[in-house]
Amino acid sequence: MKPAPFNYAKPSSVDEAISLLDGDATLLAGGQSLVATLNMRLSAPDLLVDINGLEELSGISVDGGTVRIGALTRHRELERSEVIAAQAPLIAEAVPLIAHPAIRNRGTVGGSIAFADPAAELPACLLALDGAVEIAGSGGRRKVGAGEFFRGLYDTALEDGELITAIEVPAAAGNQRFAVEEVARRHGDYGMAGVMASVTVNGETVEAARLVYIAAGGTPMLAEGAGAALAGNAIDEASIGAAQSALEGDLDPFDDMNSTAATKLHLARVMTERALKRIAGA
Amino acid sequence: MADSPVVTVHDRPNSYIGRSVPRPNVQRLLHGRGTFTDDIKLPRMVHAAYLRSPFAHADIKSINADAAKAAPGVAGVFTGKEIAELCEPWVGVLSHLEGMRSPPQYPMAIDRARWQGEPVVAVVAETRAQAEDAVELVEVDWAELPAACDMTAALDADAPVIHEEYGNNLCWERIVDEGDVDAAFDQAAVVVEDEFTFGRHTGVTLEPRAIISSWDPSEEQLTVYMSTQGPHMLQAIFAKHFGLEEHRVRVICKDVGGAFGIKVHTYGDEIATAALTMLLKRPVKFIPDRMESFTADIHARHHTIKARMAVAEDGKILAIDFDDLTGIGPYSMYPRSSGIEINQVLNLTGGPYTIENYRARGRVVFQNKPLMCQYRAVGHPIATAMQEALVDHAAQALGMDVVEIREKNLVPDDAYPTKSITGMPFDKLSHHAAKDKLLGMVDYAGLRADQEKARESGIYRGIGFACMIEVTSPSPMFYGVGGAPISAQDGVTLRLDAKGNLIVASGVTEQGQGAEAVLSQVAATAVGVTPDKIKIITGDTEITPYGGGTWASRGTGIAGEAAAQAGHALRDQVLEVAGIMLQSEPRKLDIRDNAVVDADTGNERISLAEVGRVVYYRADTLPKDYQSELIATRHHVPKKFPFAFTNGIHCSHVEVDVDTGVVKLLNYWVVEDCGTVINPLLVEEQVRGGVIQGIGGALYEECLYSDEGQLLNGNLADYLVPMAAEMPDIQVGHVTSPNSDSELGAKGAGEGGTGGAPAAILNAVNDALLPLGARLTVNPMTPERVLRALGKTE
Ligand SMILES: Cc1cc2nc3c(=O)[nH]c(=O)nc-3n(C[C@H](O)[C@H](O)[C@H](O)COP(=O)(O)OP(=O)(O)OC[C@H]3O[C@@H](n4cnc5c(N)ncnc54)[C@H](O)[C@@H]3O)c2cc1C
Repeated sequence: MKPAPFNYAKPSSVDEAISLLDGDATLLAGGQSLVATLNMRLSAPDLLVDINGLEELSGISVDGGTVRIGALTRHRELERSEVIAAQAPLIAEAVPLIAHPAIRNRGTVGGSIAFADPAAELPACLLALDGAVEIAGSGGRRKVGAGEFFRGLYDTALEDGELITAIEVPAAAGNQRFAVEEVARRHGDYGMAGVMASVTVNGETVEAARLVYIAAGGTPMLAEGAGAALAGNAIDEASIGAAQSALEGDLDPFDDMNSTAATKLHLARVMTERALKRIAGA
Repeated sequence: MADSPVVTVHDRPNSYIGRSVPRPNVQRLLHGRGTFTDDIKLPRMVHAAYLRSPFAHADIKSINADAAKAAPGVAGVFTGKEIAELCEPWVGVLSHLEGMRSPPQYPMAIDRARWQGEPVVAVVAETRAQAEDAVELVEVDWAELPAACDMTAALDADAPVIHEEYGNNLCWERIVDEGDVDAAFDQAAVVVEDEFTFGRHTGVTLEPRAIISSWDPSEEQLTVYMSTQGPHMLQAIFAKHFGLEEHRVRVICKDVGGAFGIKVHTYGDEIATAALTMLLKRPVKFIPDRMESFTADIHARHHTIKARMAVAEDGKILAIDFDDLTGIGPYSMYPRSSGIEINQVLNLTGGPYTIENYRARGRVVFQNKPLMCQYRAVGHPIATAMQEALVDHAAQALGMDVVEIREKNLVPDDAYPTKSITGMPFDKLSHHAAKDKLLGMVDYAGLRADQEKARESGIYRGIGFACMIEVTSPSPMFYGVGGAPISAQDGVTLRLDAKGNLIVASGVTEQGQGAEAVLSQVAATAVGVTPDKIKIITGDTEITPYGGGTWASRGTGIAGEAAAQAGHALRDQVLEVAGIMLQSEPRKLDIRDNAVVDADTGNERISLAEVGRVVYYRADTLPKDYQSELIATRHHVPKKFPFAFTNGIHCSHVEVDVDTGVVKLLNYWVVEDCGTVINPLLVEEQVRGGVIQGIGGALYEECLYSDEGQLLNGNLADYLVPMAAEMPDIQVGHVTSPNSDSELGAKGAGEGGTGGAPAAILNAVNDALLPLGARLTVNPMTPERVLRALGKTE
């Protein structure tokens, strides 16, 4: 488990990083996903571009109704941030479910979004919150909505030579309710199933529900049918049941080593009920 | 010789036996000052990496290593054929497992690879990274062959035959038939039947296997630093297969970061590493990395069993009948063989109970997967889980409480010595006392009441018991009789130095379990010194007495006894010379707290340091016709019984989330009778660690394979080991039935936890699911399998 030989560069600005990405280069952020693939020789880039230490990529800020999280922000900073707890409670609830503290100390938001593991929490949160990804490349800067960013299994809208500078999510509004429910085989493992739920209510009635599932397809999966089943209704046995039924059409889970697609769908339904009941109780 | 009034080690004043004395090596390890094999760097040392077969079964048509040989830092590239020229192949059968067969195995594949992970080409370079780079440059022309991977299909007529000369894939079959099983089943009030599957798993030692081999051609001396459990066994094996005299082979074992039975075998990559140093005349280090370890280390456990039990109306067990099949990979492992696991299942099942009719068949089959062999608690988890699940099943069928049915059938505590139906002789066990002690620790009635109440709110909790026996401290009946160079005896040398310190050397090894602490406590007690005066030396064939090493929970029972006897002998030597110095009768003297004292008053007469000074520097002051000795070696081998059986009872309390299938471990209790407890802390930590390893098998660990024999989860993200967050509290109680085969009375305690936990947890999960009509007979009990049993997924 030694990586193939590679070259290493540590740029001092985002622009320099972008210029280095020209060629067979890979960005190194927290290294928690990348270093394992290097050591297993699943990837062998010529050049590692280490973006750790780039000030412009770090930090959490709120501007108007938008929370901006720099790409190099560590999972652990999210977990401890009062801004995140207050303005993005869905993320605050999800982050402790990412791996273990040692990994959260290193792993970054940008790395997690770029890696786009369909079982990862942050991509699902980004989609549930209908956030956006800020991207920089030699052609300039652009912003891509979460719905367009995640394209397929480990496939995103990032083009060669681009990097993620930040993500943005709307700050939580008073009529929004959030819940994360996840089942993993052990504490800290990637979930076998899970839902990141963002529900906008008007009194008892659901105005809109964005339920995003992990490990339920090639990307984080927004359950539109389940959302529609809830919209206009109170959260009760009937609407929960309707949302659960809609998941068959919304999700596209596949068999993996831990469970079959059928089990994942079952678990997604269980997570749905738990999340919605919690939201209704709050 | 001194005529000492002290009879046994138990009568010593200032005894350290039964006390939780800290381990002598603990400070060094906690300070990060341990010396693991990887910490050793020899001059001119190079590093090996192996190209391993990517296929479960394939012919090697050609190998082109030109590019690899030319790669930076490469010192040499060698094929299986080249390695085989230096070394005799081995055959992993034991003669007492009658009819067992396995063909000669070479260190590396020659012409054909028979499992994914079998070493094929060795590359040696200045660094491991360079060796790995060069491995990628080796070109092998493979011709993939149909593989026999699924062990249950391996005996089918159309299965590919791995060793054509045998005609089929059967390695060994054993049948036991005692009493009149058919008649017993005919008479039974209830017959319960289950089909069990136990997943294949592996050992996952924190420190992987590790070896540095160093050949000195000037003296024809092979020195091997190795993370191992059996230095003398490996010395014999290296000598035999390289055609060397044993004294030309030195095996040195420094700190070992866990072994669990993984490090007590003959691995091709390790033997090949010894060949590499002979070829290159430079020291060669080889440490398999984590991913390699998953396909290169032995695997364990995989069984499918059809079993049934006949029970009378009153709950009396009338008969057990089962058919067990296990897959061992393409060869039987050398030198312990891969037959012992199933042999244990056939010998041990039903052992805690009085059973008069017993039939069992065990079949061991070859398959194209990594070799399977002895891993902590060999066979016990399987035997215990099958037996205990059947007992619970029978209790349910009779509507009887699970404790009551056990009380009815456990061998009475006053029945010893006795024998099991399979002929296992028991010296003294304590099933009823252990059960009573456990029921004093567990509020059984309270747990049942809580269970009732929780069910009303849809919470499913379960209570599972497991009674068990454990093989410890074996005599030569285990391996020696079968022709293996595995010593059942062990020795301890005690030497008093010139400052009155005690140097202890033993053939057993320390792998984190505390063997050195036990030796220190026993030696300190037997001689009369304090533990701070003791230095322990283990793990070096050149300086320790000959012994088998560490396996089968034998260190305390066997080397502990040798330490006691050596301690008596050294004490006699000291008192003899002290008697001369003090003009006193030796029997009126004693040694306490590092000094020779008056036995009656305890008053100090002369310090051990003074005795040492006189003996070593001023022997001129002693009588001219007297020669003192301050060194004694004693060996011990079990003689009265082939094994020092122990017993235990486990109780697991679980909660099953019936919507997700996740099993939560709420609490766990164990009562263990390992004879004299030398160090309660160490015994309890052995039990706890063992239980956790059993939990691994029960809930998490399984080597998952594709139909083509590709390991799917060979890394620690996908292969789940038990982790702290999920572990329950484990409460341990003791009953003490001393081993009558030794003065010390200790038996072993290293494996009982692992042997009992899968059974207790299986029963607890099934107890939780009972009102829902679901029953599991598989390990590990994954959420997927729990949900399937509940009919919640297809
Ligand atoms: C044992 C273990 C368990 C884990 N469990 C979980 C879990 O339960 N849930 C979970 O969500 N994650 C889990 N992770 C993954 C962890 O969250 C990673 O930190 C994360 O996926 C990647 O972040 P990173 O900063 O380490 O990225 P790196 O490993 O450095 O990079 C990952 C990929 O992203 C690219 N990249 C990194 N930063 C950028 C950027 N700014 N712009 C464009 N591309 C970029 C890299 O080039 C690389 O291809 C686990 C990891 C481990 C080791």
